[in-house]
Amino acid sequence: MDADAALAQRLARDVDAAFPGLVEAHQDRLYTIALRLLGDGRDAEEVAQDALVRAFRAMRGYQRERIAALRLRPWLASIAVNLARNRRRRADDRQPPGQLEPMLDAGFDLATDRRAGPEHRAARRETQAELAHALLELTPAVRAAIVLRHVDGLSLAETAEALGRPEGTIKAQVHRGLRELRVVLDAAPPPPIRQRTPARAARLQPALEAIR
Amino acid sequence: MTTMTTITTARDSDAALEAALHGLRSTAPANVGFGALVGAGLADRYAPIDTPLGTAFVAWNGRGVSWVGQATDGPAFEARFRADVGRAIAPGDAVPPRLASAIARRLAGDRRAHIPLDLRGHTPFEVMVWLKALEIPRGEVRPYGWIAAEIGRPRAVRAVGSALAHNPVPLVVPCHRVVRSDGFIGQYSMGGPEAKRRVLGSEGLDTSRLEAEAAAGIRFTGSDTTHIVCNPTCRDARRVTERHRVTFPSLAAAAHAGYRPCKHCRPVSLAA
Repeated sequence: MDADAALAQRLARDVDAAFPGLVEAHQDRLYTIALRLLGDGRDAEEVAQDALVRAFRAMRGYQRERIAALRLRPWLASIAVNLARNRRRRADDRQPPGQLEPMLDAGFDLATDRRAGPEHRAARRETQAELAHALLELTPAVRAAIVLRHVDGLSLAETAEALGRPEGTIKAQVHRGLRELRVVLDAAPPPPIRQRTPARAARLQPALEAIR
Repeated sequence: MTTMTTITTARDSDAALEAALHGLRSTAPANVGFGALVGAGLADRYAPIDTPLGTAFVAWNGRGVSWVGQATDGPAFEARFRADVGRAIAPGDAVPPRLASAIARRLAGDRRAHIPLDLRGHTPFEVMVWLKALEIPRGEVRPYGWIAAEIGRPRAVRAVGSALAHNPVPLVVPCHRVVRSDGFIGQYSMGGPEAKRRVLGSEGLDTSRLEAEAAAGIRFTGSDTTHIVCNPTCRDARRVTERHRVTFPSLAAAAHAGYRPCKHCRPVSLAA
């Protein structure tokens, strides 16, 4: 039995007692998913926290058998993706597109970084910042597929389950997402953080349209 | 490895791009996990609020207000909370706006303001007592025996007193509006009888008069025009002019004189 299945068993026995373990095991990945979907650290914090609380409330209404059978990784991811989507829609309603330039979270904290020297860390950060920016150029559906499949590391089947789409669709969206990311990364020079302009988006548009 | 080579390899192969994407994983800030526990009611946050007794602290979680208490400072409050409730607690920025406005409206006497309360871990009897105390209007008081009668346990007067002494959310649940049957102001968890007088005074109640009349044996008052008998602090009783005001040592005496109990304050016979 893997760690998540064991956790689901503990949750089925006593949601209150096992919930802190779920928070511990899944908070980083839910935060990451929200951060890479929305591009803003504050929004991501709220979405991750809200997703955990909603999962808790849902489980309190479930029968034991249903909790025990939960596949926690895709299930929690689907909650976070839905909350992020709602939040983005609300933001879109508030602000006309073009003014809504997602801010980039600069806080990277990767185990691999600690081994390397400051120069290497700085270089990595820059690369990651570009890649994080590039993700935000993708359409929401493609971005979600890429984030779950390759940032969070869900399997194709789990990604399909989390997003409620057929595996074939996910496979195509992931493929398309990787191609589009490459186009965006190729469009030099990369923008300074928080300086993405509508002009740049317009410049990229033909290249993206061409492969879509 | 430089920035350029990283990007170049990322551009060159799907595998490198996928690895770079995997490197975008982040660590959640600490308040995400703690906030989730608070939302689930497995931990609490707290903040200071202004009260008629000065600054107090209020604790809350996703289920509602869980604790109100006085303390010299935040850490002292945390220590008392952990000892009494046993959950983790951390300072919050401020009481959430919806809770804060509900508390303010309640303290101002608006009984329609709904304050979600987290009363887990207490007995059904205690919760019944506290919810009944919530029905006593601002500026009025009721005897312990009134609560006992209203919740259908007329003989459990002592247990009512004990439940009120253990009220985890004083001021929010107005246990200060419950007084001894002989009219003496009674004990109060937020600082004894003097604090209780201060809170009741801030709500517009004349506590000196209440205590003086109680000492003189007055338990109920009525109006000789309506022939209705009330608890002395009932808003209906207080509208009666001195000329028409009559007083009774017991409900039986009032009944004997032809008075019927008020339907608002529902006076009950008090055990000797």
